[in-house]
Amino acid sequence: MINGISINMYLMLSTVIFIIGAIGVMARRNTIIIFMCIELMLNAVNLLLVAFSTLHNDGSGQVFVFFVMAVAAAEVAVGLAILSMIYRNVKSIDTDILGNLKN
Amino acid sequence: MLGYTITQWVFGILSFLAIMFALMVVFSRNPVNSVLYLVLTFFCIAGHYLVLNAQFLAVVHIAVYAGAIMVLFLFVIMLMNLNQDTEPQKTTISKIIAGVIGGMLLLVLVGVLKGTEQIQLSQYGHSEIGLVKNLGNVLFKEFLFPFEIVSVLLLAALVGAIMIGKKEIK
Repeated sequence: MINGISINMYLMLSTVIFIIGAIGVMARRNTIIIFMCIELMLNAVNLLLVAFSTLHNDGSGQVFVFFVMAVAAAEVAVGLAILSMIYRNVKSIDTDILGNLKN
Repeated sequence: MLGYTITQWVFGILSFLAIMFALMVVFSRNPVNSVLYLVLTFFCIAGHYLVLNAQFLAVVHIAVYAGAIMVLFLFVIMLMNLNQDTEPQKTTISKIIAGVIGGMLLLVLVGVLKGTEQIQLSQYGHSEIGLVKNLGNVLFKEFLFPFEIVSVLLLAALVGAIMIGKKEIK
């Protein structure tokens, strides 16, 4: 199915998506949006892993994507549990309010 | 069609949509809209997996990300009752700084990657590698130990999420 696509296109696409995620982490204050931008960055890396797996005709890259997905799922589960507990105590998930760990 | 193959058209449209939806995730004011745009981004990335002959991974990606993780995000956002009015906004100056830093990073990475060799994927493309049979062979022969470790990690995350999310820890 692949015709006329070079690996450079996937390099550029992954770079752009990764940087959109990085800008989101820097520019937003809502902690849940920051989590979603981290997911976006992980997905950019996953896409590049699959592209190189296809390029080298090697399944290891795709298996690595499985592990990245498992780690991302674990991270999201624990992170959202922490966030909901913080929201219960502080009534906010604004990173500027959460800056001090005193309360 | 205009000198491009059908795969190039599919790639271009999917890339454009993925980048647009990713931008909407970052710039939309309402967190619920952000989640929905992120789901659309994941669908575009699953389309890319299909183009790359990673069929099984595309299905798993939709099931895990769009099906499980995003539903978790939506639950939490709706439990916290977040909407446009409660959305905290950074000051304009820090948004500009974030944009400039991201732009510089983009400039550096594109500049570095621009000079790399143009290798066509078609001369290596092989339709068998993304199927369950081959992936299972690799996963359970070469990566058996990491697979077991991941199961322990998921168990630890399960216990941790329940412990943290409990109402009162005595």
